[in-house]
Amino acid sequence: MKSATAEGHAAIGDMAKLKEHTLWGRLVASQAFWVTVALALLYCYMAYQEPAFRSADNLSNMTRNFAPFAIMALGMTVVIITGGIDLSIGSVVGLVVIVAGLFLTWHYPWYVAFTMGLLAGLACGAINGFLIAYVGMSSFVVTLGMLSIARSLAVVFSGNQMLYQFGPDAPIVKAIGQAKWPVHAPAGWAPDWMPQISSHFWAMVIMALLLGYVLNFKPIGRHLYSIGGNEQAARLTGVPVDRIKFLAYVFSGFTTSLAALLLLGYQGSAINAMGQSYELRVIAGTIIGGTVLAGGYGTAFGAIVGSALLEVIRNALLMAGVDSNWQGAFVGSFIILAVLLGMQSGGKPLVTAWIEKILPKRQR
Amino acid sequence: MPLLEVRNLAKNFGAIQAITDMSFAVEAGEVVGLMGDNGAGKSTIVKLIAGNFPPSEGEIRVDGQVCHFQRPVEARAKGIEVVYQDLALADNLTAAENVFLGREIRTGRWPLDRLDKQAMIDRSGELFAELKSETRPRDLVKKMSGGQRQAVAIARTRLSNAKLVLMDEPTAAISVRQVAEVLELIRRMRAQSVAVMLISHRMPDVFAVSDRIIVMRRGSKVADKHTAETSPEEITGLITGAIRAA
Repeated sequence: MKSATAEGHAAIGDMAKLKEHTLWGRLVASQAFWVTVALALLYCYMAYQEPAFRSADNLSNMTRNFAPFAIMALGMTVVIITGGIDLSIGSVVGLVVIVAGLFLTWHYPWYVAFTMGLLAGLACGAINGFLIAYVGMSSFVVTLGMLSIARSLAVVFSGNQMLYQFGPDAPIVKAIGQAKWPVHAPAGWAPDWMPQISSHFWAMVIMALLLGYVLNFKPIGRHLYSIGGNEQAARLTGVPVDRIKFLAYVFSGFTTSLAALLLLGYQGSAINAMGQSYELRVIAGTIIGGTVLAGGYGTAFGAIVGSALLEVIRNALLMAGVDSNWQGAFVGSFIILAVLLGMQSGGKPLVTAWIEKILPKRQR
Repeated sequence: MPLLEVRNLAKNFGAIQAITDMSFAVEAGEVVGLMGDNGAGKSTIVKLIAGNFPPSEGEIRVDGQVCHFQRPVEARAKGIEVVYQDLALADNLTAAENVFLGREIRTGRWPLDRLDKQAMIDRSGELFAELKSETRPRDLVKKMSGGQRQAVAIARTRLSNAKLVLMDEPTAAISVRQVAEVLELIRRMRAQSVAVMLISHRMPDVFAVSDRIIVMRRGSKVADKHTAETSPEEITGLITGAIRAA
């Protein structure tokens, strides 16, 4: 504290060695930031190495492939912020597509079918939320149960048949799932170098903006974080903890239904096995994006970037001609690496702490 | 009419009798020290008054009205604020966010209402300045010292016009200088005719600010004396049981 005595007095920040919670500090300390950097680097490297990777068609493909996962990751982020987990989403995808598919095969209009599918997904979320928030059961147990129940219901409802004869509204359903904007000439105005972005991606962008707004600017967003940080404190200060936790699972049911209906439209058919093991991929994307499993931290942007990184890795490996059996090993390593990068050690990002250890600063 | 009146209060958790037949009153602008050994039932009394759980027997009156709060929020609506022993802070939020947790300032109309972050930061900055605390509104609570955390928890009680502030061990984990500041704050609250119940182990702190001292032993009241009419020796005797009752 030599400088302090020389000046006569020191600012509080110098004394306490505390940095205020600034925007830049938050950015550098955030895992989502580093994952974005990794994503950009990987993208640039692949674009340089492999012309096919940066083609408009491949970009269209990649953005469409990860969007449903990113949409589900938004719901998962909200659930994990409260300190919970939703393992049921893969099975709920199966249930939603089967319910919607059945109504289509019964020649109901597309909006009735989609509404019924959405209601099925919301019901699963509401049951999860009720048992977790109001009955006080563990989210792991409840959603594990729902994983089994929803899949089983999908199999029973479908009679273990694939559903594809969707009646008069089949073209509309397909149009929703396969819509693109902007569209290449001659049908549209977009030049060939511009990727045609799918409806899945646009739906994801809208959902992410909405969630980002709610998490940052709405009281309920603040309350979600407080529940993850200290549920007891949130309760004592009058935060409606039970209602908010309930809504988190309903929201997860909603994002899952939305993704499921887009996938149904894209594929134009429904099988009860759809969505199997999606929950793991979604959780992986969420965690890579900086959401902490213990709760209290997570962003909409992180959910998108994490899911995007998984898809870019997958796509890059395919393009580079790596045996597809290696995918799991790479994706798994990235999950661990991303969380390692985001770890904090003594108030500093782990990486900074390591660098200081290897290259110690001179004694002050 | 006393601000807070507790009559024949009892609380049992199953077979454990935590509180037996407690009666006392607190007037507006009075500072009452509540002392007792570990397990004497001090924190249980706080939680009963604050509405964390209902009493088994007896009644709690606020301004002459019988109030058996089901939730802490209801107690707060009646002007009772609590600084909990564990402070009830969310580590992942900033100081300002914690001060306003559960009663955020909003701007705009529903459904476009949103948090007025700047207003909350400014107001909590004022509160910290009032408390003479080196806490900054944008700092994360996770990275704060014990005294700063204490300041956040106390600032929270200053948001509304509380009539009664219950403080559970507010000076247990902070520096000497900060203790003096907390005690000064208690005096200032008394000057504004806010009643304070100070639950503490620290005899000098209680003697420094209290008008009256209530001593508990094994779940019941053994003494209720004006500070001027007693001594630390007598209170120690009462706490340990060397003196039966006074």
